[in-house]
Amino acid sequence: MGRYVLRRLLQLIPVFFGTTFLIYYLVWAVPGDPFAGKCGERPCPQSYVDFMTEKFNLDKPIIVQYGTYMKNLLQGDFGQTFGGRQISDLISDAYPNTIKLAIVALIIEAVIGLAAGVLTGLRRNGFLDNLVLVSTLFMIALPIFVLGFLLQKWLGVDLGIVKPTVSNPPSFGELIMPGFVLGSASMAYIARLARTSIAENRRSDYVRTAIAKGLPMKRVVGVHLLRNSLIPVVTYLGTDLGALMGGAIVTEGIFNINGIGRQVYRAIVTKEGATVVSIVVILVLVYLLSNLLVDLLYAALDPRIRYE
Amino acid sequence: MRVSKRASVVALTTAVALVAAGCSGSDDSDTGKGSGDTANGAITIDGTQPEVGLIPANTTETGGGKIVDFLWTGLVSYPNDGGAPKNAVAQDIKTTDSKVYTIKIKPDTKFHDGTVVKAKNFVDAWNWAAYSPNGAQNGSFFSDIAGFADVHTEDPDGDGPKKAPEPKAKTMSGLKVIDDTTFEVTLNAPFSIFPTKLGYSAFMPLPDAFFSQTPEEFGKKPIGNGPVKFVSWQDNVEVKLTRFDDYNLDDKVKIKDVTVKMYQEDTAAYNDLVSGTLDFQQQVPVSSLAGDKWKADLGDRAIEAQIPVMQILGIPIYDKRFQNANLRKAISLSINRQEIADKIFFNTRKAATSWSSPLAPGHTDNDCTVCKFDPAAAKAALQAAGGFTGELVLYYNADASHKEWMEATAQSIKTNLGINVRAEGVPTFAVFRQTINDHKMKGIYRAGWQQDYPDVENWIGPLYVTGGSSNDGLFSNAQVDKLYKEGTAAPSVDAAHAKFAEATKIIDQEVPAIPMFEVTQQSGVSDRVTGVKTTNVGEIDLSSVQLK
Repeated sequence: MGRYVLRRLLQLIPVFFGTTFLIYYLVWAVPGDPFAGKCGERPCPQSYVDFMTEKFNLDKPIIVQYGTYMKNLLQGDFGQTFGGRQISDLISDAYPNTIKLAIVALIIEAVIGLAAGVLTGLRRNGFLDNLVLVSTLFMIALPIFVLGFLLQKWLGVDLGIVKPTVSNPPSFGELIMPGFVLGSASMAYIARLARTSIAENRRSDYVRTAIAKGLPMKRVVGVHLLRNSLIPVVTYLGTDLGALMGGAIVTEGIFNINGIGRQVYRAIVTKEGATVVSIVVILVLVYLLSNLLVDLLYAALDPRIRYE
Repeated sequence: MRVSKRASVVALTTAVALVAAGCSGSDDSDTGKGSGDTANGAITIDGTQPEVGLIPANTTETGGGKIVDFLWTGLVSYPNDGGAPKNAVAQDIKTTDSKVYTIKIKPDTKFHDGTVVKAKNFVDAWNWAAYSPNGAQNGSFFSDIAGFADVHTEDPDGDGPKKAPEPKAKTMSGLKVIDDTTFEVTLNAPFSIFPTKLGYSAFMPLPDAFFSQTPEEFGKKPIGNGPVKFVSWQDNVEVKLTRFDDYNLDDKVKIKDVTVKMYQEDTAAYNDLVSGTLDFQQQVPVSSLAGDKWKADLGDRAIEAQIPVMQILGIPIYDKRFQNANLRKAISLSINRQEIADKIFFNTRKAATSWSSPLAPGHTDNDCTVCKFDPAAAKAALQAAGGFTGELVLYYNADASHKEWMEATAQSIKTNLGINVRAEGVPTFAVFRQTINDHKMKGIYRAGWQQDYPDVENWIGPLYVTGGSSNDGLFSNAQVDKLYKEGTAAPSVDAAHAKFAEATKIIDQEVPAIPMFEVTQQSGVSDRVTGVKTTNVGEIDLSSVQLK
């Protein structure tokens, strides 16, 4: 187990350098001079363009730019945005908000998704089962911005029971509506995954044995059935945490949350390579670590799984 | 009935969660709501995160520009409803030859740090902005002043291996401090409109404190001389401003605190406005304009104002195909502007009828004869030009909402001239501008112009005079240049305007660009405030705001 974790952690290093260079290169390859649109319909003075080009090493080859960036990064310096702000400040302002939002979304999707999945998995083909199947299909099909706007308009503007946008820093209570919107599609997937998995294991030998032994139904479902059926769901939740953190661009825009999705979007549009990479570095780490956590959880859920 | 009971559990969890959000969400903010006490009142208005630190000569985008305009007062200020500028910090601005200006400032105005605004604060600020190694975005605004070439140098080969040479001097020879309240400006050549320019943010004074710290430090905690002073700036969240009680010019504010809240999406701001958590939104989103939905949502809280902005089609005159004036005239005459304004802009745009905004002093109504919709004359002009072969492409940047009207325009030209036309989107504004700046546009493209300072000169000089800063199509006409020069050298503003009107007549014959629409702005206020007016550029006029 220890060796397995160590090996997985060592794998992070090439993945880390590979992804960051790729992203640095991709941002750099986005067409358009970053300073061409800065001064509106009037070209910026050449003196300004020269000043910025020199300040951010943009006249150097991509590999030199990346090298300089990495050298500073390893010393803990994320660099500056074109506007002169420390990227580390920007990240430390925005990240907590996105993490909060992702956690709220994750809790909502896990609780509601699992509850719906377990209930329908145990009793298939009933009214409830069909209701969940239809409503999850609807949620998967509905684009996230449509759901976001609708909830904001109904609950925020028309009924006035929530504020349409959140304050800063947002409280957990304020994030429930955005979190629900962000987690809605995943919630539907989780419900369906759990339903199938439960329904399948419901007929397996060990469940029949447990029932035959006269164990109470609560224990059969809660301990025996659920534990084995959770593996696909946990796999999904793990990768979804990374997706939620990176994919919050739309939700953060709708509810005016100062988060990482907004920052990365703006940085891509303004060709701020250093900002994009700095944010993505952390996203990559979140992805890799949450996947590692998921792999380790398998053993806890199913003792037959061993790591060498 | 067990089934429905379980179903309601799922539904109920969601509902409870959302209601809980409401409870915790609505109890903060909104202090002073209904208090009616204007002198202690606070308002929240919408904005966007300033891209760079708040230094007047380095801010060109609207997010920061709006706050800079609140924090600073210039030598002159522009009336809300257009018209000639009025003295603000300036006591008087005198000249005999339009070349040497003696500027006397009011003796007792103050910066927010308590120091008195002196003549040298203007001179120092202008010298800093013009000095090219400082890289100020507005640096080229000082090119009229004698000695500019000594402090402002450029990379000889554009963006290449060579570096811009070190400037010869640090200060411009044309700026001279006479005493604490007087300074003299000598220009390279006579320029009658110079005093009008002085209200633009690039010309604001900087306190001594600016020069004892780095521009980055100052930009994060700016010290201005305007009716409100800076309190705090939380990146991407809000900028807080408060009334400057030592302010003694006309545009004092009556309320106490102003919060500029940053939004990424205008629809988020709009929903806050409708539900009453935001007190002013400068431009409601396009989605709320259809069917006058914004008027239904806001009722008497809706404000409509004309702003000095025009949408224009730029023509790459450097491209051989567009060098015939008759062809340009034919294209302009074939566009049914009124129909596009009605159908696509829901009447939030007016079909252009002249070459400048009606808000610009010196403007002449209906001086654009090619702005009419006249398919017969268009066809005749096309014939005179010898026709047009190949495909005419209209370009726009696809990252803003231009697709619909550009496609309608293409259709209008296609139908009325019988030539092959289509509209094509360029992915981003940066790529779009880069192609225009490099003079590599392969067709007609959309452009917009907002006047920097209110005068008809600003609608001619930068756009249609040879070498003008935004003459992107490289239009050049000796007679226009000559009349423009006579105008700028004229002894009085009225005489200058007469010359500019003559130049416009030639421009109207040559059609260097195609005026399309005059832009109006649709703003909204909350029901807490009253008397709100917008400035000449459509920003909220803070001095007009009162609480109910």
